[in-house]
Amino acid sequence: MRKLLLGATVALAAMAGGSVPGRAQTLTMAVGAPVTSLDPHYHQLSPNNAVSDMVFDKLVNTDAQSRNVPGLATEWRVVGPTTWEFKLRPGVRFHNGNPFTAEDVAFTIARLPNVPNSPASYAVYARPITRVEVVDPLTVRFHTAQPYPLLPLDMTNVRILDKETHENATTDDFNAVRAAVGTGPYRVVSYRNGDRIEFARNDEYWGPKPAYQRVNYRMITNDASRTAALLAGDVDFIDQVPTTDLTKLRTDNRVALSETVGLRLIFLGLDHLRGPNENSPFITDNDGKPLGRNPLRDVRVRRALSMAVDRQAIVERLMEGAATPAGQFLPPGVTGHVPDVQPTRYDPEGAKRLLAEAGYPNGFRIQLNGPNDRYINDGRIIQAIGQTWTRIGVRTAVEGQTWSVFVGRAARQDFSAHLIGWGSNPDGSHPLRNILATVNAEKGWGASNRGRYSNPEVDRLLEASLTELDEEKRQKLVLDAERIAAEDVAVIPIHIQTNIWAMRRGIRHDARNDELSRAQDVRPAGP
Amino acid sequence: MSVYLLRRLIQAALVMLAMSVIVFVGVYAIGDPVEILISPDADQFERARAIAALGLDKPLYEQYFSFLGNALRGDLGRSFVFNEPALQLIGQRAPATLELAFGATILAILVGLPLGLYAGLRPNGAGAKAIMAGSILGFSLPTFWVGLMLIMVFAVQLGWLPSTGRGETAEFLGMRWSFLTWDGLRHMAMPALNLALFKISLVIRLTRAGVRETMLMDYVKFARAKGLSPQRVIGVHVFKNILIPVVTVVGLELGSTIAFSVVTESVFAWPGMGKLIIDSINVLDRPVIVAYLMSIVLMFIIINLVVDLLYSVLDPRVRLESKG
Amino acid sequence: MSATTAGAAPAAKAPRVETPFRRFVSEFFESKIATGALVVLVAIVLVAIFAPLISPQNPYDLAQLDIMDGRLEPGSRNGDDTMTYWLGTDDQGRDMLSGIMYGLRISLIVGAGSAIAAAVVGASLGMLAAYAGGRTDTIIMRLVDLQLSFPTILSALMILAFLGKGIMNVVIALIVVEWAYYARTVRGTALVERRREYIEAAQCLALPTRRIIFRHLLPNCMPPLIVVGTIQIARAIALEATLSFLGLGVPITEPSLGLLIANGYEYMLSGKYWISFYPGIALLITIVSINLVGDHLRDVLNPRLKK
Repeated sequence: MRKLLLGATVALAAMAGGSVPGRAQTLTMAVGAPVTSLDPHYHQLSPNNAVSDMVFDKLVNTDAQSRNVPGLATEWRVVGPTTWEFKLRPGVRFHNGNPFTAEDVAFTIARLPNVPNSPASYAVYARPITRVEVVDPLTVRFHTAQPYPLLPLDMTNVRILDKETHENATTDDFNAVRAAVGTGPYRVVSYRNGDRIEFARNDEYWGPKPAYQRVNYRMITNDASRTAALLAGDVDFIDQVPTTDLTKLRTDNRVALSETVGLRLIFLGLDHLRGPNENSPFITDNDGKPLGRNPLRDVRVRRALSMAVDRQAIVERLMEGAATPAGQFLPPGVTGHVPDVQPTRYDPEGAKRLLAEAGYPNGFRIQLNGPNDRYINDGRIIQAIGQTWTRIGVRTAVEGQTWSVFVGRAARQDFSAHLIGWGSNPDGSHPLRNILATVNAEKGWGASNRGRYSNPEVDRLLEASLTELDEEKRQKLVLDAERIAAEDVAVIPIHIQTNIWAMRRGIRHDARNDELSRAQDVRPAGP
Repeated sequence: MSVYLLRRLIQAALVMLAMSVIVFVGVYAIGDPVEILISPDADQFERARAIAALGLDKPLYEQYFSFLGNALRGDLGRSFVFNEPALQLIGQRAPATLELAFGATILAILVGLPLGLYAGLRPNGAGAKAIMAGSILGFSLPTFWVGLMLIMVFAVQLGWLPSTGRGETAEFLGMRWSFLTWDGLRHMAMPALNLALFKISLVIRLTRAGVRETMLMDYVKFARAKGLSPQRVIGVHVFKNILIPVVTVVGLELGSTIAFSVVTESVFAWPGMGKLIIDSINVLDRPVIVAYLMSIVLMFIIINLVVDLLYSVLDPRVRLESKG
Repeated sequence: MSATTAGAAPAAKAPRVETPFRRFVSEFFESKIATGALVVLVAIVLVAIFAPLISPQNPYDLAQLDIMDGRLEPGSRNGDDTMTYWLGTDDQGRDMLSGIMYGLRISLIVGAGSAIAAAVVGASLGMLAAYAGGRTDTIIMRLVDLQLSFPTILSALMILAFLGKGIMNVVIALIVVEWAYYARTVRGTALVERRREYIEAAQCLALPTRRIIFRHLLPNCMPPLIVVGTIQIARAIALEATLSFLGLGVPITEPSLGLLIANGYEYMLSGKYWISFYPGIALLITIVSINLVGDHLRDVLNPRLKK
């Protein structure tokens, strides 16, 4: 076996050493998640967004750390309590030569809710907008029903189409490539569903010119195969590097890695639905009999369980360092991070004391559920948590299921404790609104609040923040709400994943915290 | 004969009907496709819209009958995920799987038959023992493990073959095939071998068992006693007799190879139907699952029919009957 | 000569004459390889049965594991310096030696249990179909078609999604997906055998149907059944591994050999070979010895190979 691996290293050396002329012009990328459509408004999905980013532009683009930067709009400002004005970039043309104007923006917003059969549509970004006003060809105004501070953030998700080209374009037209026409840095040459997409550089691009003339964008969903393809020299660049291969790749100076702390939190959702005197479905006393109460409604129990998670060990041993222990939804460095909330320290003795205080000196039994094929090492993480929980007297059975089964049950609140992840945008309002707010269909709150956490104070602060146009005041409201939820242990945060890409040496990549793998972020390393 | 065929076709239709009901109920029992497909950003309003867009807001029986109505017109629905007609998606992926399965089958027969024949004729020789030991290894190793080993050795260590993917394709009969290009063939070699490994062992064992039994038969003894050349005895008398189990099994296996290419296709990132179905199951893309299964059922029924017909040609003792 | 088995039955009643069973035993032990394989198989079965008594650790008890001991090389000591991991540990700090012993239990239960149950169900139905013919045959064979047209992996996924993960559920799923192979094989052979003279003779003698099926038809259908059976045990074990590879199958806290391999598979490229290598060897030895024994059994049991 050792010999085999030695051989692998030798092959890699040969591959990195001999650079083939002409190859420098073509970049072969392999991504781990399949792209489902070339229609940029069809399916809200990271792989689709990455490809859309190569072909299309947004009014507001984001940099590698998800900060808003000018895209097809050069500047934007509030011109009235319910009106945003965007100044558009002059001289921009679509791949087919059509000029980009304010009419195209109005058309795009109108199209968002009207993509037939979309399983996860972009309509949410159009809904706050009551009217799009075309002031002149390079100025557009968005009118909203209420003051809406998040509009520029929403615009970072909306890829702009050409009214003339796309007036009657269907998703099929995009997938057949003929309608895949944007203003972005790359043109689509061919698309083979589930296999590969070929791109050619748009030499007329308004922004920085991408380094590679042609891009071969392949989908290799099997982790080991993707790494092997890189090691064998079949591809130049891979994303979603499996953590199991990290130790080897890190010490291999023929492969370069690029990494950054991501925006995806792995956390445990807890059962807040059952009242303090009801039975939670997977909690019993030590003899397996019903407990008659839901210990998870006691903040001391929740805190004890959080203290009994050895985040450092999970990050070091299971994630191979590719994660950061977390105490809240967002990592340091983005706007939604609360500076004074720290990750909970591993303290089994303290946890036992808290449990005793809460009336469970001998603990209880619980089942921890989770997916085992969705997040990085998810099945391994729940087992590790099961180990340390059992040591404080909370005897834990662990059940990992496939995502398709798991997520349906989680949505029905079938579980007492479950592991799940949340890929956030950098604003704290995002997790607050979707996970921590009390479920309210009218307001569209708590749609992913699978534990049914509810705290009026959090709701009040969130409500206020959603219409606060003064950015500084809004941030304070958001951070306060986040802090309250963290102190209340609404969920148990575990860690925030690090996004990692690997490439052959001689290539550089700007790692993005939104996980998108885009060709314009890759270039040959300078001498 | 035609009554027999007609009967089989009616039965086939019934089987497909049963299959579609099972899939509808099965997918319904497993989970909720919208939960899987929906963006985490989506609020309750957006979820309701997506459920309605996919027609999942109606009662299950209503969904099923509208599917049935469309199916009778040849429309098996559009993929929840790709928004393309399910049959079209499968059609796009079919050539990749078909050529892989046929490649594996041809490989299994080309390698398995001669080895099995040899092992059966000289059952006590060292060569035969080695072949049999090899055949046992062939179906002892899990496919995914062998796949990774092949990649490690031939792609990473020796660098002879590309590790994954389908390579160059050429168009033929309106579909894209790998076996028509050199690059495509190189990409196909490892997955086809991986898929064939189990069947090579199977063919070796069946051939050997058949040869050993047949050699003891009176008619073979008689043929030999009559002074027929060994080539003729083996080539005509023995061979014809052992073909029955081999044809049955290889025929049956062709269907299951196509169905089972799931693992090989995901290890080698081979963009065929197997990968499509496993992805579709993972996101509960019901129209694709139903359409895929109905195509597979149809294919199996055709294969079984052909096997039965061949059976009756090869062994007159088995008669096709339209039993009533 | 094909009537030897039928003829041997009355002889069995005579005292002091060798019984068919004794003859079978002595014929079986003529082969050194098969005898060796049987010894290995018996040893494996014993290890599997007594695993809780002889394994250094209970690998299914989360409280006994410590991820700080994860992925240790073979021969390492544990964190408390109380035991040695002779075959190393997996990512959860599970002792591989114990894991393999317990994993053998599961793989054998799943493999043998499902193969035997499926063989009984499948062979009975196949025999019935061939012998009864008519509508019974049609119904059974359409069921077989229905089953065979459902890809194993998908049937298993559907069934396991319904039932949830678990060892018994895997066994049930494997029975459901495998019985049809036996049924089809047995029916195919029985159709041929049914037209042979000895069956016609038995029918002419007006022997009861059950007797004809079990005493005459079944023994002559045994050879292909055993060939398929040995293949299916191996296949069932491999299939269980594949299901685990795809994230179904046994629970992640109670890994079978297949799941241990699937887990270690992810560590292969990084040089931590022991996590999947040793379970792979254990799996290999088990399946090879099952096959060697089965192979020889077939030769011994086959009435037509007798001189």
